[in-house]
Amino acid sequence: MLFATVFVACAVEAVEALTIVLAAGTSRHWGSALQGTGAALVALAATVGALGPAIGLIPLGGLRLVVGGLLLVFGLQWLRKAVLRASGHKALHDEEVRYAKQVAAAEAAEAGGRGAVRDWYAFTLSFKGVFLEGLEVAFIVVTFGTNQHDVPVAVLGAVAAVAVVAGVGVAVRAPLAKVPENTMKFAVGTMLTAFGLFWSTEGTGADWPGADAALLVIVPAVAILAAGCAALLRRHGATGAAA
Amino acid sequence: MKRRLRAFCAFWYDFVVGDDWRIALGVVLALGATAGLVAAGVNAWWLPPVVVVALLALSLRGATRR
Repeated sequence: MLFATVFVACAVEAVEALTIVLAAGTSRHWGSALQGTGAALVALAATVGALGPAIGLIPLGGLRLVVGGLLLVFGLQWLRKAVLRASGHKALHDEEVRYAKQVAAAEAAEAGGRGAVRDWYAFTLSFKGVFLEGLEVAFIVVTFGTNQHDVPVAVLGAVAAVAVVAGVGVAVRAPLAKVPENTMKFAVGTMLTAFGLFWSTEGTGADWPGADAALLVIVPAVAILAAGCAALLRRHGATGAAA
Repeated sequence: MKRRLRAFCAFWYDFVVGDDWRIALGVVLALGATAGLVAAGVNAWWLPPVVVVALLALSLRGATRR
């Protein structure tokens, strides 16, 4: 029973982290997204190793508020651009030019040190997603494990859940690469906005109706909102052009 | 040194705030207001979604009117 409970709870958290990593990797740069994931796992291991059972004392609410708030801002910016592109108000490939400017500015700022990370955006997104969800997994393991006086079984449940979800991630990576670019950016904006909205709201202390299940409503609602905005702007643009 | 510092700050501003600063400000204000309502005993989970709809609409309106 303990194994199944921890498995399901950790699988939910792992799916949330996987969504962010897939979004960052597919739409930006896989290498940087995986580097962010690796760095987050190292930071997570160091945190868990240093704190041990005291990990339950970390203020997860504050962390959710900051990470969720940043994801929400990122997501809304992505969604805004994707809607403008889909409705013909913005060129489809301006992102690369802008990104090249950002990299040039960052390189100029870092005294010639190029670093090993090619895309800091993808790195940071993956890092935040994996670190936050990883902490939640650790929190679940410590809470359930100590309450049931069987931490090893709780650890096994968590490891199994993360392994299964990671396997699913590897399996869906190739099919995702075939999705058209702006459709993918639309999806990424939707996922970042939905998860950012969910986490940041939880971080303020508010409770979503249905807890984690609220995401099943938030994600499609954000997608419908963005698609509706794109359709409205397209129609407005067509009317304007005809007038 | 000053030029590098400016470039560094510009990079992070662009990275975090992006094209429309009103989105970032709106999100911060909305989350602050939600936290305030929660502290006052109101489960204001509905406020951030309402603000997200308004922010996206306002930002798109601003971008298409330029």
